[in-house]
Amino acid sequence: MKLTSYQQQAFEKQRSHIEKFGARTWAWEIFFFIWIAAGGYALYLQITKGHGITGMRDNVVWGMYIVNFIFFIGLSYAGAIISGLLTLFKVPWGKPIIRISQMMTIISVIVGPIFILLCVGRFDRLHHLFIYPRIQSPMTWDVLAIMTYLVGSVLFLYISLIRDYAVYRDAKMKIPKWKQKLYNALALGYRGTPGQVKHLAVSQNLLAIILIPLSIIVASILSWIFGMTLRPGWHSTIFGPYFVLGALYSGVGVLIVAMYVYRKVHKLEEYITDMHFKYLGYAMMALAAGYGYFTFSEYFTDWFGSEKWDSELIAKLFDLNQFGWYTFYANAIGVLLPIAIIAIPKFRKPGLITLAAFLVVTAMWVKRYLIIVPTLETTLLPMQDTRTNYTHYSATWVEWILTIAGVASFLFFFTIGSKFVTIVPISGLGEETEKKETEPVAAKEILPA
Amino acid sequence: MKAEEINDPGRRDFIKNAAIATIATAACGSLACSCSSQQAAKTGEKVRLLSPEGEIVEIDSAYLNYQEHMAIVSKLEARQGMAGKKFVMVVDLGRCKNARKCISACQKWHYRPPETEWLTVKLMKDSDKAAPYWFPKQCFHCDNPPCVKVCPVDATYKRQDGLVLIDNERCIGCKFCMAACPYSTRVFNWDEPQQPLDIMNLKSNPETNLPAKVGTVEKCDFCPDRAREGLLPPCVEACPNGVFYFGDEKEDTVSNGDETLSFTQLIKDRAAYRFQEELGTKPRVYYLPPRDRQFPVERGYDNLPENIKARFEGILDEGKKK
Repeated sequence: MKLTSYQQQAFEKQRSHIEKFGARTWAWEIFFFIWIAAGGYALYLQITKGHGITGMRDNVVWGMYIVNFIFFIGLSYAGAIISGLLTLFKVPWGKPIIRISQMMTIISVIVGPIFILLCVGRFDRLHHLFIYPRIQSPMTWDVLAIMTYLVGSVLFLYISLIRDYAVYRDAKMKIPKWKQKLYNALALGYRGTPGQVKHLAVSQNLLAIILIPLSIIVASILSWIFGMTLRPGWHSTIFGPYFVLGALYSGVGVLIVAMYVYRKVHKLEEYITDMHFKYLGYAMMALAAGYGYFTFSEYFTDWFGSEKWDSELIAKLFDLNQFGWYTFYANAIGVLLPIAIIAIPKFRKPGLITLAAFLVVTAMWVKRYLIIVPTLETTLLPMQDTRTNYTHYSATWVEWILTIAGVASFLFFFTIGSKFVTIVPISGLGEETEKKETEPVAAKEILPA
Repeated sequence: MKAEEINDPGRRDFIKNAAIATIATAACGSLACSCSSQQAAKTGEKVRLLSPEGEIVEIDSAYLNYQEHMAIVSKLEARQGMAGKKFVMVVDLGRCKNARKCISACQKWHYRPPETEWLTVKLMKDSDKAAPYWFPKQCFHCDNPPCVKVCPVDATYKRQDGLVLIDNERCIGCKFCMAACPYSTRVFNWDEPQQPLDIMNLKSNPETNLPAKVGTVEKCDFCPDRAREGLLPPCVEACPNGVFYFGDEKEDTVSNGDETLSFTQLIKDRAAYRFQEELGTKPRVYYLPPRDRQFPVERGYDNLPENIKARFEGILDEGKKK
């Protein structure tokens, strides 16, 4: 593979991360692994002792696990839509961040479904989903959707990695033999001949075209697990788009945080510039406004109407003794604050944008909690149950440990991934060399000051 | 664990008697082997039974024991349901005084622990000024069941006789049906169910809902195993006030054990309604509005244990202050 001097420079800058697995990386990986192991122990207890050790009970049948499921799967869909759009429209500044967003796609679509499996009472019968499938069930739609999506997004990541694998293969890096062999195999003999270039570009675009609508479809199907039931706050026509937007919103948040971390740790300031934070910040602001609008429409319609069931739910959401503070956090910190930070030019700095993005991610998690738990605590018939753990959900340590283990495994795989591929793709940077010098001009063209 | 089980005399007996049990079951329906730990002493008295192969066999009468809940139909039959039947329940709200005999009978019949109620009695007060009333609630066995729609593995299903049952050997425990049921009818086995050994050794069947299995969903089943024998569900039989009428819509009869009435006439004369008709689930349980009450609603508090009484705290006072 021939590289331009700019590409060569980008590669030299990052090759040490592939060649070395430093002490710091080890320390982090071990730290993450300890949490994963703790999660494994919690899972072992849950399987052997039954779901009684979780906080889930007959009314709130799903708890934190399904919240995490929506959260991670949302990140994945967002990653696919963002990288798909950047690829398809050949956004020049998008090149350096496509890889991060694709890694987020794959890792979260692996971590996410683990959480829905944790809700399942009988692990030993999971194969029933395939031997006795019922197509009427939104759960079956979701199983099909996620599997299709997993295949699609893995292919998409792989196709866009082939040229980079060819670079790593030819770079004569100081890496173990098995790793060299791995790159040899993964590069699929790519040499950059005109035919190969063309085929690769076509497949990449095709996959992007498939993946964008597919992500929208699967995010909607996820929402329909809730939307198709007769429950207050769930049974809503807005749910599909609401989930799509929510996924994108939290996904942009995680992407910004990941960009910040890798820019710092891998010293990639040259490639992931302040402009990237600014642009994604704008996207986050627009999504915040959109998400806020959806939430407002949802709550306002339910509040204005007089249906008993919906009113009960709204009362719970806004009662400070119940879910009021959660609602406040999800909307004030999760919607208004990021808009304020990005709208004011003085605050529009990578550090603050990342802080806002981080808060958005946490607020979106809380928001998902608000979608699941209060609705399940609002039953049509009065509960009239004296067992407080049946009337109100409160997560147990098992659920917390497994949640932390989920986050830890996301970070664990992200760290491992960054030891096998460069965070900033090498091969795509070529077309950008000339534009780089005129970058401030380009930015001005798109966004007048 | 395995070795212990085999060494357990009850278990050994069970294995030894399994063959006889099969024959006995096939021949007499609910007659089966004793699975208790005492070895039955032979009486010398022989009983003739018909084997599944059509042969007449003789068995010592000591091995025979009237056993409830022995699955008497195959899984396929339990899936299809009884041809020509359409089970229906009518609940007379004017007669209920929260005696809770239905609940204990149901718990006993299904070997449920005290805190897991398939059948609950709620104290309803529809609005501030409305008169409160006791509201017993089984599964509604809806004709358009939201739970069945969402089951990903066909573990819960609708039968031709109108019943919605659960195959707890197929259920994966995703709890989607519980989230989908607007009436909070379904319960989950969060922990390993504690049931007698002879119940745990039964062959699982959706009609008996026994033995209960950890990590699966269960609910009121209208006791089809009893219906097959022409018996009323235990809740109907146990009610001292004749609140529940159970029967067959096609036959147009419902009975509460004391009187047998025409189903259409009853729901016409008494202006029966179905709970939350607007949800479109088409329940198979009809309620007779609570008029001409036999008991004042306060009678429902009589002799209630404190923990049950706590459930209904404050409901009667609601609206009085205003």
